[in-house]
Amino acid sequence: MGPRRISSVAEGNGARNGSESVKGSFKVKAGLAQMLKGGVIMDVVTPEHARIAQEAGACAVMALERVPADIRKEGGVARMSDPDLIKSIMAAVTIPVMAKCRIGHFVEAQILEALGVDYIDESEVLTPADEENHIDKHPFKVPFVCGCRDLGEATRRIAEGAAMIRTKGEAGTGNVVEAVRHARAVNAGIRKLQGMNHAELVHEAKQIGAPVEVLVECQGLGRLPVVNFAAGGIATPADAALMMQLGVDGVFVGSGIFKAEDPLKRAKAIVAATTYFDKPEVLAEVSAGLGKAMHGLEIPAIPKDELLAARGW
Amino acid sequence: MNRSARTDRALIGVLAMQGAFAEHVRALEAAGARTRLVRAQADLEGLDGIVLPGGESTTMTMLMERVGLLEPVREAIRGGLATLATCAGMIVLARDVTDGMPEQKGLGLLDIGVRRNGYGRQVESFESPLHIEGMNGKEFPGVFIRSPLVERTGDVKVLATYEGHPVAVRQDRIVALCFHPELTSDLRLHREFVRLAMARP
Repeated sequence: MGPRRISSVAEGNGARNGSESVKGSFKVKAGLAQMLKGGVIMDVVTPEHARIAQEAGACAVMALERVPADIRKEGGVARMSDPDLIKSIMAAVTIPVMAKCRIGHFVEAQILEALGVDYIDESEVLTPADEENHIDKHPFKVPFVCGCRDLGEATRRIAEGAAMIRTKGEAGTGNVVEAVRHARAVNAGIRKLQGMNHAELVHEAKQIGAPVEVLVECQGLGRLPVVNFAAGGIATPADAALMMQLGVDGVFVGSGIFKAEDPLKRAKAIVAATTYFDKPEVLAEVSAGLGKAMHGLEIPAIPKDELLAARGW
Repeated sequence: MNRSARTDRALIGVLAMQGAFAEHVRALEAAGARTRLVRAQADLEGLDGIVLPGGESTTMTMLMERVGLLEPVREAIRGGLATLATCAGMIVLARDVTDGMPEQKGLGLLDIGVRRNGYGRQVESFESPLHIEGMNGKEFPGVFIRSPLVERTGDVKVLATYEGHPVAVRQDRIVALCFHPELTSDLRLHREFVRLAMARP
């Protein structure tokens, strides 16, 4: 088991002293997320979907049995996907393949690591396996991404070893409002740290349930110390560009692509919108003629106990 | 190097389709250069050099092709624009790519053959100190992330190897690396590249 230290993305470590090569260091775990920046990670449920996503320019795919919209509709316990499905998707594409495990289910994570997936999403979209603890992610060689609603949650996940963060949003709704809320909350949390002295920062850490060490890093960097994507409800090129303008590093699109009328066209448009997020003339061009977007759900129409973002602690 | 020929700071473009371009911007500016993100043909105007960053090579080449940037970038580099390519950037530049998408088009300007993800998937990503030619014998921190494997080299100079395979090569004004100096605080390779960019042929 490696040392449980939190390392800054900006600083080299690991290979600095020894002459041996080191696998699975925090540097290479967080580094893969840096390579995904400015890109779109798409949910896929078949190898054919995965090929369409790759053809559209996805920088990675999330392999799963059901997209969040269907998980929401069908109910029941949502678990890690069948390894055969994940393997078939890994065989279909050359881009990184991510897969989800339940919150706290470290054995599902061990299985995903053994399969050789490139990233694990410890995800609130699946039914939590532990209502107090998330996975201790440091001992794994495979990197983890975790969802958050605010700075406290983001920094707790980073302290547990997450090498990448995403907003939770509200998955499977096609409604961007919660992702916006969460991205703004993280931004506001970090802005609040600026100008605080150390004593005030320790107090703030207590207030928001944040580990002091990670909060100090956030204060110094003026951002999270790991890559931060938007997720949960992104359905259009404009949604993707909105999240990018709010300062995230890239976007996850779940149900939004393959629940739409023309997935390939929409996927290509969202990829272009993520690169040219600050060019309205490009956004106007790629937003045209995409066919129907997924139907979508209003958040107040969802029973409180069915809100996925509330899962995670 | 005839730095005296130009007194201003180098202007380096960083291809910003997708990937770790902000990290290169940080490193280049720390190395004394000015930078410009390259997302359209007009952004190539007046550059002293260009960086093709790490990211997903399929995403980058597809976007470049879709927006009509592939050909102008190829022309600029062929015309002698100093080029630093890291990881996916090396794949985009390489003449031969194995295990890419069937129709993956690149720039095809660097005389090497690479295998995408040739060191394995993410769990095989690693850090290793490297001996790089021209670095005065002091090791460089090599950060390899789903790195391409250089399987063939043609008319290029090999600057560093790892376990017998080239990981840094130079061809005229092109420098291509399998690893990611932009993820470390070691600026030596970026400084060297800025000097190369300023030394006009």
